[in-house]
Amino acid sequence: MRKQSRAIFEQLGVDIDPNRKAKGLSVADQQMVEIAKALSKDARVVVMDEPTAALSPEEVRRLFTVVGNLRQRGVAILFISHRLEEVYEICQRVTIMRDGSFVRTDLIGDIKIDEIVRSMVGRDLSTLFPKTVIQAGAEVLRVERLTREGTFYDISFSVNAGEIVALSGLVGSGRTEIARAIFGIDRYDAGSVTVNGKKLKGSSPLRAMHAGIGFVPEDRRQQGLVMDFGIDHNVALASLGRLSHGLLLFRSSEHALAADWALKLRLKYGKLSDEANTLSGGNQQKVVLAKWLAGEPKLIIVDEPTRGIDVGTKSEVHRIIDDLAQSGVAVLMISSELPEILGMADRVLVMREGRLAATINRSDATQELVMMAATGQV
Amino acid sequence: MSVTEEVITSEPVKTHRVAETLSRARELAIVAVILVIFAITTIKSPGFAHLTSIQQVMTNASLFTLLAVGETMVIVTRNVDLSVGSTLGISAFLVGDYFTHNAHASIVIAFLIGIGVGAFCGAAIGLIVTVTKVPSLVVSLAALYIIRGILNIIGLGIQIEPTAIPLSFQKIGFETFAGIPWIFIIPALVALGVGFSMRSFRSMRELYAIGSNPGAAQLAGVPVARRVFTAFVVSGSLAGLGGVLFLSEFATVNATAGSGYELLVVASCVIGGVAIFGGSGTVIGAALGAILLQIINQSLVVINVSPFWDSALAGALILVTVSFDRLLSNRATLALRLKGSAARGN
Repeated sequence: MRKQSRAIFEQLGVDIDPNRKAKGLSVADQQMVEIAKALSKDARVVVMDEPTAALSPEEVRRLFTVVGNLRQRGVAILFISHRLEEVYEICQRVTIMRDGSFVRTDLIGDIKIDEIVRSMVGRDLSTLFPKTVIQAGAEVLRVERLTREGTFYDISFSVNAGEIVALSGLVGSGRTEIARAIFGIDRYDAGSVTVNGKKLKGSSPLRAMHAGIGFVPEDRRQQGLVMDFGIDHNVALASLGRLSHGLLLFRSSEHALAADWALKLRLKYGKLSDEANTLSGGNQQKVVLAKWLAGEPKLIIVDEPTRGIDVGTKSEVHRIIDDLAQSGVAVLMISSELPEILGMADRVLVMREGRLAATINRSDATQELVMMAATGQV
Repeated sequence: MSVTEEVITSEPVKTHRVAETLSRARELAIVAVILVIFAITTIKSPGFAHLTSIQQVMTNASLFTLLAVGETMVIVTRNVDLSVGSTLGISAFLVGDYFTHNAHASIVIAFLIGIGVGAFCGAAIGLIVTVTKVPSLVVSLAALYIIRGILNIIGLGIQIEPTAIPLSFQKIGFETFAGIPWIFIIPALVALGVGFSMRSFRSMRELYAIGSNPGAAQLAGVPVARRVFTAFVVSGSLAGLGGVLFLSEFATVNATAGSGYELLVVASCVIGGVAIFGGSGTVIGAALGAILLQIINQSLVVINVSPFWDSALAGALILVTVSFDRLLSNRATLALRLKGSAARGN
C-alpha cells in the first residue's frame, strides 16, 4: 500500500511521505492526499469544491499543475470556485449557478469575466472594491516588537483611525497568529499591544473587547458563529453584558439589536430567529460582522473577510469595511486575495516566515511587489 | 429582486426557534407518554389511579429529577458529570454522620453540610476540567471512583440507623403538602427556578453558546472556563442536596448510597431532549425524562411484568427519542433553509 501511495504521489509530482499522519500536513498537502485517494480508486470524474480557498498562490500553482496532469490522463474535473481568475486559467467550460438554480453554460472563450459576474449576481455590479480615500486620524492600534516563539518575531506596526491596513503573506506566514495574539486568544512571549494609548495587559478576548477591538475570524463555522443559535442570538452574543439588566436578559432587546444591524448590513433572511446555518455563506459573514459592529469597536480585525462568499455579497462586505473606515474605525484586514488587498488597503504589511518583510503604501502596491516580498525575492 | 423589499420584512417579536420548538414538542410528548402509561396501567390494574401511587412515583423520581437538573447544565456545555451518584452518597453519609454525633443537630445545618460537600466535589471536578482540559468524561469518571472510594473507607461497615435521624428531618421524606410529597416539591422548585434562569439569564445563554460552539463562544468574550466551572459546582451542589433528601427518605445510609445513579441521570437528560454533545435541551425536559423513567419502572411492577424489562425499556426509549429528534430537527432545518432561499428571492 505504501508503495502504491508513493507511486501515486510521484505521478502527481508531489513530495509527501506516505508514512506521515494526515493530521500534521498543511491544507495543501492534505488536498493532495485527497486527490491521491481519488486516483487510487481510478476515479474518472473528480469534483473539487473550492480547492484553492485555503491555499497560497504557490500552492495553487502546484494544484493546477496536478489538475493539468489529471486532464491529460482523461479525468474529467468539476471545479467549483469563487475565484474567477482561476476559472479562466484552468477551465474549458463554465456553468453559472445562482441561488440554487442553473443560469447558463458557456465555453470559457465565449464569455467575458464581467458577463460571468453579472450572471452570478443577477445585476450589474458597480464596483468590487468601493474604496474611499480618506485622511487617516489618530493612532488606534500600536503593536511593538510582538513575538511568539515559533510563530512570529519582532512585529511592529500601527493602524490609525479610518485606515485600512492589510496583513498579507502566504498561508502559514503568521498573519492569523498575529491577529489572534492581538485579540488575546493566544499568548505572546514578548512585545506589547497598545489600543488608544492604553497597553493591553494579559491576554483574553474579553479584555481585548473592552479595549475596543472586534475580531471577525477566518473560519465562520468553527469560530465565527454559533450555528444552531438564531441570527438574533448570534448578533447579541458579544454584547450580552451591555444588553442584560443585572442577571436578566430580555429577548426583545436582543431582537431589536439584531433587527437594527440586519437592516444596516442588508442581511437577507426569513426571520431573525432562524438558525445561522440556514443562511448562505455571505449572509453568515454579515451576521459575524454585525456581532462585532454591534459592540462599536475602535479597531476591527477581519481575517479573510470574503472567503467562500459570492461575488455580490463580496462587494457588499467590501462596502461595509469601507464604510467602517470612513466612520473612523481602524481596520486590520488579513487576506490571501491580492486583488482584495490592493483594492481595499491604504497600507500593505507583508509577512514572510513569521517576520514583517515589507510595508508598502497604497500608491506603490502592485501584485508583483507584494508577491516578491511574501516569497522573499526582494 | 430588490434589496429594500427583502430587508424590511418586519416580523412580530414573538418568535419560534427550531431548537425551542423541538424542546417544547419534546416536553409535551413526554407528558403525553406519561399520561398514556398512567392510563394503560390504570386499565390493567385499577388500583394505580390512586393518590398513593402518584405520590410514590413522585417520591421515586425526586432524586433523579434533582440530579438531572444539574446534569443538564453540565451537558449543555458539552461536558458530562458522572460523579453525581457518588457525590450524593458521600453527602448522605456525612449528613447522617452529623446527626449521629450531634444530639441537638439542626436541620438547616444538615442541609448546608450536604450542599457544601456537593459543591466542594463539583468545584474540584470543575477546576480540574477547566485547568487541565482533560475531557470531563474522564475526570468525572475518576471522581466517581475516588469519591466512592473515600466513602468506602470512612463508611467501612457503618450503617447509619433511622434511630439516629431526627423524626422532624425524616418527615421531609414522607410528609406531603397539598398531596405532593415535600421530597418532590424541593426538586420541582429547583427545576422551575433553574429552568427559568436557563431561558432568561445571560450566563445561562452563554452555557448554550459554549456547548454549541466553544471556539465562537470564546471569541465572543464568553468566560468559558468560569461558566463550565459554575455548571459543575451547581451540579455538585444539587447532588449534595440530593444526598440530604436521600437521607430524609430512607433514614438509613451506608457506603453504597447512590451507586449507579449517574447513568440513570444521564439517561433522563437524554430522554428529556438534552443533546449529549451540548448546545441544546431544557431542564424541564430532563426533569420530565426522570419522571418518565420512574413511572415506567413502577407501572411494570404494578402490572406484574418482570422488573428486568425495565432496563431494556429505558434503553429502547433512549434510542427512539434520540432518533426521532434527529429526524425532526433535520426536517425543521431543511424547511427553514428552503424558506430562507425563498426569502432571498427565487
